[in-house]
Order: sequence, then structure tokens, then C-alpha cells
Amino acid sequence: MRLIRLAFHFFRIGALNELQYRVNFFVQLLQSAVALAVGLIGLELVFSHTQALAGWSQPELLAVMGVHILMGGIIQAFIQPNMLRLMEDIQQGTLDFALTKPEDAQVLISVREIRIWQLVNVLIGVLVLISALIQIGGQIDLFAALAFALALGLGGIMLYSFWLILTSISFWVVRMDEMVNLFEGIYAAGRWPVGIYPGWLRGILTFIVPVAFAVTIPAEALTSRLNPMSLGLAGGVAVAMLLVARLVWQRGLRQYGGASA
Amino acid sequence: MRHLFDFYRTTMKLAVITQLQYRTANYFYMIGMIAEPIIYLVVWSTIARAQGGSVGGYTSGSFAAYYIVWTLVRNMNIVFTPYGWEWRIQHGELSAALLRPIHPLHRDIAYFAGWKVVVIILWLPLAAALALLFRPELHPTWPGILTFLLAIWGAYLIRTMLLWCLGMLTFWTTRVSAIYELFFAVELLLSGRLVPMALLPSWAQHLARYMPFQWTFGFPIEALVGQLTPAQLLMGLAMQILWIGIGLAGVGVIWRQGMRAFTAVGN
Repeated sequence: MRLIRLAFHFFRIGALNELQYRVNFFVQLLQSAVALAVGLIGLELVFSHTQALAGWSQPELLAVMGVHILMGGIIQAFIQPNMLRLMEDIQQGTLDFALTKPEDAQVLISVREIRIWQLVNVLIGVLVLISALIQIGGQIDLFAALAFALALGLGGIMLYSFWLILTSISFWVVRMDEMVNLFEGIYAAGRWPVGIYPGWLRGILTFIVPVAFAVTIPAEALTSRLNPMSLGLAGGVAVAMLLVARLVWQRGLRQYGGASA
Repeated sequence: MRHLFDFYRTTMKLAVITQLQYRTANYFYMIGMIAEPIIYLVVWSTIARAQGGSVGGYTSGSFAAYYIVWTLVRNMNIVFTPYGWEWRIQHGELSAALLRPIHPLHRDIAYFAGWKVVVIILWLPLAAALALLFRPELHPTWPGILTFLLAIWGAYLIRTMLLWCLGMLTFWTTRVSAIYELFFAVELLLSGRLVPMALLPSWAQHLARYMPFQWTFGFPIEALVGQLTPAQLLMGLAMQILWIGIGLAGVGVIWRQGMRAFTAVGN
């Protein structure tokens, strides 16, 4: 409970800080609008040549795109900025400031930064998702909605854990900047359901970079193609990844030399 | 002319030596870039198979060829970013460049061209790995290969000019990211980067004819993997020369105006 209050305080300060730069909201809005337009045109192009892509109809793929944008917004707002700051702190030795505080260091380094204007993408993602669901028609029952929320939460936990593992590697290998590009490239693959990728790539997108769990499975929950087994698997993988991330983080911390000594 | 040639040779050599030092960073960067074409490739091969083998004249094998060659052309398309101009002006780098008795454009062209040599060498094993994974169908003709080898450098020059023109807007204002984003979006859609030109609706293909983008991306790829006639190949090269000319003229005009607006920063 105390940790949640702590996180909330950090978010509030971060948000207040960002609210000073309102023009950035419009910059973000424009960027997101251009990205959305390109995405929609791409989808339109695909469906001008076919009626279904690996069994997914156009509105269903629009739903996948909505989840992808939504999750992308969450990563950019909460996860990535914290991890980039951590990377920088490890390189510069300024992680000392977080380590000397009397709270769990992993919690501290995970809540220090927030980019609230990125929440524009969360909003756009939700709007895209709603319009997709209206086009699909039919009823979303309570069970599907709950499964969606749960799958989204689990996906978020997995992506957070993945990022923390990746960032913790910089305790050993200091230069990890290029990994960010690599992650963004691979995350872009989640724009399409992972089922279309060849087996080896699907493996990578499921168990190494958990894009499948973070985007495809929540979208499956809403388009009534979810296998309850995959939700169970998602739960298991999420817990396992969180534990591994914790372990790697603690191991890495032992390598940390600090700068003030 | 002699000393300009010497300048190019020395700058390119410098770029090759420098970038070979950073080969790991270069490699990671190139690998990160591969995700994008693989996604397009998988999506369009899936469609081709669902449509009975081919869509818009492309089979999954020729899509593989298209998007593997894509990775090289994409690398050839990388030039000095327009976002970098702000840095150039702020850090006084431009002031220093102005003191040299040679137009700064030469330095950019020469340095990035040298870098490309390293990129092409690093690209070969990457292309081999992709070819093993995705089994491209490639039946290049000799005129096609020859045109490709010329066209990738034509593409490089066109894009250098275009992005120089864009970047020089920084002489007047630094709030240009909106223009850049829009430019890159239009380029992505109408160049053959997102999909081969043949898959675009006909009105978009028509629109693209009046723009330089397809000559920087789609044309070099199609020269190698497409079945272009010798006339089409020559026509493409001619269009590249035309756009290099237009770009050069644009750079000339904007540069002269920009120099008047430029206030030096530096030491």
C-alpha cells in the first residue's frame, strides 16, 4: 500500500512537471495522428487485395491495431522513460541517488519518470478499439471484457519485466542504446496478429519479446477467439518473467560500482 | 576539379575508417532496421498465398526478393537527417564549415557515401541470412543489375538533396517537426517502401509520378527484382538525373536565401 502511494506521488510530480510544456501535447497529437493515418492506410491497402488475413477480417485487425496503439502508449508513458533513465544512471553512476533512498530500489527506478502526453496514444488506441468493436457488431459480454482487461494487465507486466531484464544487462554491458531501436522494431510486429508469422518468428514474439501476449491475446479476448488456455499461460509467463526480472535486477545491482565512491 | 576529386577521396576514406571502428554499433542499427521489411514481407506473402499464389504480380518468392533488396536500398536512403540541422547550427558546426573554401554539401555527400561502402559490406551476410530464411525468387538480367548498381547511388543523391532542402528550413524556424513527420509519412506511402508501387491504387500511382519518392526506393528495387524493359530502366535513370537536378537547384536557392537568414553561433 505504501509503495502504491509512493508511486502515485512520483507520477503526480512527473505529471505536474510535464504539464508545463503544453505545446508538446500538440506535437504529440500531430505525431500520433500521422502514425494513425499511415496505419489505417496500410490496413486499407491490405484489404483492397484480400478479404481476410489469416482468418482475421478488417474490423478485427483494426481491433488489433487499437490494442497495439494503446499498449504502445502505455510503454512510452510509463515503462520506456523509466528504463532509459535507469540505463543512463548506470552509465553515469548516478544510480546512487535511487539506491540510497530507504525504499525498494526496483520500485523507485520503475516510477521515477512519466510522459503524460504519450497518454494521447492510449486515448487514440481506445477510440480505434471502440470503432472496431462497433464495426464487428455483436455483444461484448462481461466475461470477454474482464478477460481483455486481465490479458492487457498481464501483457503490461510482461513488457515491463522484459524491459527491466534488457536494461539490467547494462550493468554488465554498458552500451545498450541500440537495443531500444531493436525493441521498437520488434514491437511494431505486434501490429499484426502473431499467427501470421512463420514459426521461429512466432516463438520469438511470444516467449522472448512478449508481443503476442501483450497485443494479440487481449485482441483475441475481444474478438471471441480467446482460448482460456492462453490466458492461463499468459498468467504463468507473466509471473515467471516478473521473477526472472527481479533476479536479474538484483544480480546486476551487485555489479554496480557507483560513481561517488 | 582535381582538388575536388581529392577532397571526395580523402573524406570517403576517412568515413570508411571511422565507421569500420563502429562496426558493432552499425550492425545493431542495421539489425534493428530489419524488423520493418520482415513485417511487410510476412503480411504480403500471406495475402499472396491466400489469393492463389500472387497479388499484383508478386508471388511470395518475389515479395521476399523485393523486401530483401529493400534492406539495402533503405540503407542507401539514409543521409544527414533534417533534425540534425538544429544541432549543426547550435553547436557552431556550420560556422566552421562556412570557413572552408568548399560548399558543405560536398562534405556530406562524400562522408555518407564512404559510410555506405561500409554498410554495403556489412549488408552482404545479412542478406544471405534473410535469403536462407525467406527463399527469394530472383531472376535478374544484366541490364537490370547494371541499372541497380547505378540507381542505388542515384537514390542516395536524390534523397541527400531532398533532406538538405528540408533541413535548411531550420535557418528560419526550429518548429519544423510537423513538416518532417508529414514528409516522411507521404514518402513511406508513395515510395515503394511500404508496398511495391504496383499494389497501390491507380490514383496513388498517378500521384506518385509527380513526386521524387519512387525513384529513391521502388525503382532501384524493381530494377533488380522486377521485369523492367530496357526502355523502362533507362527512363528510370533519366528520372533520377532529373530529380537530382531539381534537388540541386532547390538546394542552391534555399542555401543562398538561408545564408542571409543565418546568424552564426560558435567560437
